[in-house]
Amino acid sequence: MSTSLSLPDQQEATLPKLNYLNTEFGLKSWLLTRDHKRIALLYLVTIAFFFAIGGTAAALMRLELLTPVGDLVSSDTYNKLFSIHGIIMVFFFLVPVAPAVLGNFLIPIMIGAKDVAFPKLNLLSYYLFATGGCIELFTILQGGIDTGWTFTTPLSTHYVNTNVISAAMGIFIAGFSSILTGLNFIVTIHRLRAPGMTWFRLPLFIWSYYATSLIFVLATPVIAIALLLLVLERVFGIGIFDPAMGGDPLLFQHLFWFYSHPAVYIMILPGMGVISEVMACFSKKRVFGYTAVAFSSVAIAVFSFFVWAHHMFIMGISNYSALVFSFFTMLVAVPSAIKIFNWSATMYKGSVTFDTPMLYAFSFIGLFTLGGLTGVMLAALGMDIHVTETYFIVAHFHYVMVGGMVSAVMCGIHFWWPKITGRMYPESLGRLAASTLFIGFNLTFFPQFILGYMGMPRRYHAYPPEFQALNVLSTAGASILAIGYLLPAMYLLWSLKYGKIAGSNPWGAAGLEWEIQSPPLTENFVETPVVDHEAYDYEWLAQKHEHEVKTLG
Amino acid sequence: MSTPTLHEHHTVRPKTYLLILIMLLILTATTTGVAFLDLGVLNPVVALAIAVIKSVLVILFFMHLRYSSRLLKLTLGAGFFTFLVLITLTLSDYISRSWGLW
Amino acid sequence: MDSQAIASEPVGPHENQDAHDHPPYLVHHFATIGQQVETASFGMWVFLVTEIMFFGGMFMAYLLYRSWYYHAFVAGSNLLSIQMGTIMTATLIVSSFTVAMGVYCAETRNRKGLIVSLIITLVLGLSFLGIKADEWHGAYVEHHIPGANFSIEDFVHPTDARDIPMAPDEALHTQIFFFLYFSLTGVHALHMIIGCCVLSVLLFQIWGGAYMDGHTSMIQNFGLYWHFVDIVWIFLFPLLYLISRHPLK
Repeated sequence: MSTSLSLPDQQEATLPKLNYLNTEFGLKSWLLTRDHKRIALLYLVTIAFFFAIGGTAAALMRLELLTPVGDLVSSDTYNKLFSIHGIIMVFFFLVPVAPAVLGNFLIPIMIGAKDVAFPKLNLLSYYLFATGGCIELFTILQGGIDTGWTFTTPLSTHYVNTNVISAAMGIFIAGFSSILTGLNFIVTIHRLRAPGMTWFRLPLFIWSYYATSLIFVLATPVIAIALLLLVLERVFGIGIFDPAMGGDPLLFQHLFWFYSHPAVYIMILPGMGVISEVMACFSKKRVFGYTAVAFSSVAIAVFSFFVWAHHMFIMGISNYSALVFSFFTMLVAVPSAIKIFNWSATMYKGSVTFDTPMLYAFSFIGLFTLGGLTGVMLAALGMDIHVTETYFIVAHFHYVMVGGMVSAVMCGIHFWWPKITGRMYPESLGRLAASTLFIGFNLTFFPQFILGYMGMPRRYHAYPPEFQALNVLSTAGASILAIGYLLPAMYLLWSLKYGKIAGSNPWGAAGLEWEIQSPPLTENFVETPVVDHEAYDYEWLAQKHEHEVKTLG
Repeated sequence: MSTPTLHEHHTVRPKTYLLILIMLLILTATTTGVAFLDLGVLNPVVALAIAVIKSVLVILFFMHLRYSSRLLKLTLGAGFFTFLVLITLTLSDYISRSWGLW
Repeated sequence: MDSQAIASEPVGPHENQDAHDHPPYLVHHFATIGQQVETASFGMWVFLVTEIMFFGGMFMAYLLYRSWYYHAFVAGSNLLSIQMGTIMTATLIVSSFTVAMGVYCAETRNRKGLIVSLIITLVLGLSFLGIKADEWHGAYVEHHIPGANFSIEDFVHPTDARDIPMAPDEALHTQIFFFLYFSLTGVHALHMIIGCCVLSVLLFQIWGGAYMDGHTSMIQNFGLYWHFVDIVWIFLFPLLYLISRHPLK
């Protein structure tokens, strides 16, 4: 199988003597670091931990759903399982992972800067995230929450006696982490670009992260206030969301979804940025339609603010406003589709190789397209009313979030692993893991489309027996999917000690991050780079020798 | 390579600040006074209009936005735009709830 | 829009020794002071935009319930003291003036002027908070705090002859007005408290000689924050205190 990978001669190659990992040692140098790269790794460890918790909840749910009766856990426990699965996966995994890990690590390097605009604020962001996470863990230990991750009122304000307040506070505090990260990225991208790095020479990764940061900054405060009002109502018993006292429960949903819909674009846009980079590298060709992809990222961010009530079609909003939101929802699919077309065109007449990151990228394109198309189906009011609150919805969002975004996260981690650690993971295992993930994922979630369409409701721990076969298929797929996650965890950790030395540009990719050593120096660049070429200049790269920055010492 | 105007190069004179202060205080007195007149639906309109004028004065002069780069102006504009989207689209639901047959 | 980066020259490691180009307050990852100052200012503006959205959610709730329960809101608003409200507004506006003057003094390296301006700002800010606390206390005494001994007596049996008694179910909706009143003014007061704390720290630093070397970024950005909190109040005042001050028909 062809590959883009070209490693230095392993007999002579060594890791650079000085890099960001060994400039300082000791716990304090990590916990009080201002280095964006170390902060990214702090986030990686913490977020991986939360992913494991959310994944465990999912495993228990799928085990329960093997049989039509509720025999593994009680219905209340099942409610707690899906609630904590949703909360952890949304707020403590998907929203932060790409921005806080890949974004923190790569944005300054890609734009030619030494760090983000506000390094201390970056560290504060991490601790806010960790604090929010601890509060959420505390919530789980106290018995969890059973309202679903959507905290629908008045259920969450008046009718449950689970730990709504602490769950909400955990998210509230983690939300500030998001806001500050987004702020940091926006300011960094505007103000810290190297000389010659104009907006249209930026890697498309940066455009995507910029768009993501716009959403962070504008949408997150609204969920903060929604959760705050929720907690105040629950504590003081006022009726702001309680119909009995004159309040409107839909007001909470408007405020909640005003963030939570753009949040799903926070989750996917960074992944699209990753795919742009990987597509270009493994086609050895610049991304087709740079301007279109760049602007479509920003367009997705802007349009994402106009569609939130499509999560509320059956909740009691007026049909006229449902029409408006339905229309905008169909519109928001257009920029995403533009990207898919552009990535496909990037491969056309390119020199395509099938390394692990590219396999994950293919996985993304296929699965995101499926998920996205079902999203457009759901934008149609008639269809939505039929399948809402069924497994069709569950399948839809898992296709885009897991099939799409988690593929992209795996893609990014594999692509930049040599840059982050200086070492290469075993390529053959990587390809195996990517394939396993793809197969496992489809086996898990495609049956759920059918189940949903046939009417199986979501958030139920028991179901009519005629749905069992598909549920068993789904659980079987989940076990394969789990292998798809465990395998990379194992070989990536293995590679830290035993992986081959990667050199500064093992993939032969274009971009400032590939011109510096692997792992990078703390200050990233020895001299501020001056940029005089366009992004993805693969023709130029093909013509000259691979220009490796000599490692120091 | 052009560098944008660094806003601290333009130092606003105390006289300007004083003028703005006086205008703001007059507008405050006005808004309080007008509240006692019965203008029907115009009461909240006038009150908000005066509040907007006061805010604009504070933003442009006290916060120096008048002398700042286009980026900062766009930033604030983006904030207000998003706020307007929140209000408008949410209201689109509430306003139309009791229309017609639906 | 900026199409070029701010840094016009690449900075190598040897150039850091030049004290003229690199004053002590230049942080290492910025190339020039101008870049650093612009970045800090931009950062504060982005933060203020997030604050617009934070308050925005509550303004949305206010807008909705005022349109649904207009009479309850009028009745609730009439119980707030318009004199105190106007005084609070004027206090904050003057404090905005003094903090702007403080920025001017910092830019012209007028230490005494800076200290006086900021002390007056702090005093005005604390006065505002004092009046607010007194208002809240009054509301507590009169049983107008939702969720804590709220009573609709004042609405069902108003003491002022000009007020029309409200039906009990309508009077219950005044709770929503007061809830929004306490949330809005409470979150606003929280921002004021944070502002006063930061101001105290700044005063302490200025007393120790800081901000007299031309590096006024911190003072300016604090000023931006303070002005923003003032602007929030500029909107809260008519929305909460001036809903309908003419006698109810």
